[in-house]
Amino acid sequence: MDITNLFGFAVQQALGPTAIIYCLAAIGLNIHFGYTGLLNFGQAGFMLVAGYSIGGAVTIFGSSLWVGTVVGLLLCVGLALLLGVPTLRLRADYLAIVTIAAAEIIRQTVGAAAFSDTFGGQDGITDFIPGFRAANPYNGPIDLGIVSWGAYDAWVMTVGWALVAVCCVIVWLLMRSPWGRVLKSIREDENAVRSLGKNVYSYKMQALIIGGVIGGLAGFMTSLRSAAVGPSFFATDVTFFAYTALLIGGAARVLGPVLGAIVFWFLINFFGSFFSQATSGPDPLIPSWIMDSSQASIMRFILVGLGLMLLMIFRPQGILGDRRELAIDAR
Amino acid sequence: MPADASDSTTVEVQNETGVDIGAARRALGDVAHEPGSKKPDPIVVADGVRRMFGGLIAVDVEHVEIQRGVITALIGPNGAGKTTFFNLLTGFDRPDAGEWSFNGTSLGKVPAYKVARMGMVRTFQLTKVLSKLTVMENMRVGATGQKGEKLRSAMFAPLWRGQENANTERANGLLERFLLIKKKDDFAGSLSGGQRKLLEMARALMADPELVMLDEPMAGVNPALKQSLLGHVKSLRDEGRSVLFVEHDMDMVRDISDWVIVMAQGKIVAEGPPDAVMADQRVIDAYLGAHHDTDISEEQEEQILAAAEAEIAAKQEEPQ
Repeated sequence: MDITNLFGFAVQQALGPTAIIYCLAAIGLNIHFGYTGLLNFGQAGFMLVAGYSIGGAVTIFGSSLWVGTVVGLLLCVGLALLLGVPTLRLRADYLAIVTIAAAEIIRQTVGAAAFSDTFGGQDGITDFIPGFRAANPYNGPIDLGIVSWGAYDAWVMTVGWALVAVCCVIVWLLMRSPWGRVLKSIREDENAVRSLGKNVYSYKMQALIIGGVIGGLAGFMTSLRSAAVGPSFFATDVTFFAYTALLIGGAARVLGPVLGAIVFWFLINFFGSFFSQATSGPDPLIPSWIMDSSQASIMRFILVGLGLMLLMIFRPQGILGDRRELAIDAR
Repeated sequence: MPADASDSTTVEVQNETGVDIGAARRALGDVAHEPGSKKPDPIVVADGVRRMFGGLIAVDVEHVEIQRGVITALIGPNGAGKTTFFNLLTGFDRPDAGEWSFNGTSLGKVPAYKVARMGMVRTFQLTKVLSKLTVMENMRVGATGQKGEKLRSAMFAPLWRGQENANTERANGLLERFLLIKKKDDFAGSLSGGQRKLLEMARALMADPELVMLDEPMAGVNPALKQSLLGHVKSLRDEGRSVLFVEHDMDMVRDISDWVIVMAQGKIVAEGPPDAVMADQRVIDAYLGAHHDTDISEEQEEQILAAAEAEIAAKQEEPQ
C-alpha cells in the first residue's frame, strides 16, 4: 500500500476536470435548490443540451466552438423556459417530476439509433476539439511533486476553475442583493412573498434559467474534458452526485458547492483507489474471502453513502452551513 | 348615534396631516344596518362573489361595501367562509363568479402580487414569517418598487444602495413602534408566536398599504400582547389607513371595530356597528342555532320519539 500515491491520486482527481464539472453543476443547483427552493432533478439535461451543442456545432454544422457555446447557452435558457412555464405555478414537487423525466427523455432521444447519423447514437460525438487543443498555452505536464496533470488536463482545469470563480462571484453579487433576498424569501414561504407584491413566478423562472445556464457550463466542461460527448455522460446519477456535492459543502452558501465537489470527488477517488489496492496483488490487505476486487470497486459508493447519512444526522447544514438556521427547522 | 360611543373622544382627533380622521367613522352613522348596505365612501366593493368547492358553496356574497378610513370586522362562526372571502378579495383564490373592485379598479383576474402593489396588503391566519431571514431582512422584503429586486441592477450595488438604506431606516422606525427593534438581527424563525404576528403586521406596513387586511390577528396571542396589538391596529386607522380583519375574539371586535360584517354559511347575514350587530337576532342564530333558547316541550319530545320509532320499524321491515 502506497499512501503517498493514494493521496496524490485523490488530490489530483479532486482538483481535476471531473471535480470542476460537479462543482459547476452544483453551483447551478445551489441557485435552484439552495436559494430558491426549486427541486431540479434534471441538471444532467441542461448539461447534455450544452455539451452536445459545442460538439454538434463543430461536427454537424462545421462551425466554431464559440458558436456552439452561444447556441448551448441559448438552448439552456429555452429548456428552462420549457420546463418552467407549465410547472412553476404548481407545487414544488411537480418541477422535480418534470425535470427528472425531461432529462431522461432528452438523453434517450439524443442517443436513439434513429438519430445516429447526427448525434452518433450511444457512441456520441467526437473530434470537435482541435480548436480548443490548439489554444492550449501549456507545453508540458504540470508537476507539483505528489500531484501532476497532463498539459491538456491543465488547460481544461484553467478554463474550468476560471468559470467556477466567475460563477461564484456572480452568485455572491446576486445573493447579497435585494433580488437574492426575494429568492430566499420564496424558499421560505411563497405566499408571504406574493402578499408583499412580488411576482413569484417570474423570480422562480429567472432562478431556473440562471441555474440551468450554469448547469450548461458544466456540460461544456464535460465535453471538453472527455473530448467527446455521449448519452452515458449525462445519466441521472450525474444530477444526484451534484446534489451530494452541494449537501456536503452546504446549500445556500456561495462556496458550499465548490468545497463540496472537491471533498466529494476526493473521497470517491480515495476510497476507490484504496480498495482496489487493498484487494489486488498476490497477498492482498483484505483477503479474498472477505471481498474480491470486483466487489471492492463499489465499496467507495457504499462508504460515501454512509458518510452522507452521518453528515445528515450530525451536520445536516453541510460543512459551511450555519448551525443557527437548522435550529429553526427543528421548531 | 356615533359609530362608536365609548370612543367618541378620539373621533374628533385629527392626525398630523390635518385630515379629520373621525369623518369616515361619523359618516357610518347614517348607514342602514342591513346586509349589503351602501357606504358613503367605499374602498372595496364586491358584487355576486361566489366560490364553490365541489358541491359546497363556500362563499356567496351578493353585495358588500367596505368603508374607507375605518376598522371593519368580518366575523362569523367556523366554516362561514370568512377566510375564503379574504383570499378571493386579495387574489389568492379565484371565484367561480362575481366582480369586486378596489378604489374603483376592478380586480377580476388580477394576480395576488398586483393586488398587493395596488395598496391592499394582507396578513395570514397562520403567520408566515420568513424563518431563515433576519427580522430586518423580513422587513426589507416588504418594501415595494425596489430597484435592487430587478435582475438587471441586482449585481451593481451602487444602483440600489441608497434606496436600501432608506428602506432600512423606515424598517427601523416600524420595528421601534412594534417593539421588535432589539430582535432585528435575530432570525425571524426564533421569534415567539406573538412577535411573529407583530412582525407580519410591521412587514405589511413596509409596503405602505391603503387597506390592511388582517386574518385573525389575535389567534394564539396572550392577553397582555393582545392589548398592545389592539393599540397597533387602532394606530393604523389613526394614520389614515383602512383596516379589514377577520376575528373570533368578540372582545376585540367590540373594542376596536367601527363596523361589523357577519358571515354565516357563505352569505352576509348582518351588518352594523358592533353593539347593534351583537344584539341582532340573525347573528345570535348564526352562532348558536335558531332554536338554541327554546326548551323542548313534552309534546315535541313525544313527536321526536314517535318519528324515531317509526324509522326503526321501517328499517326492520326492509330486509323481508
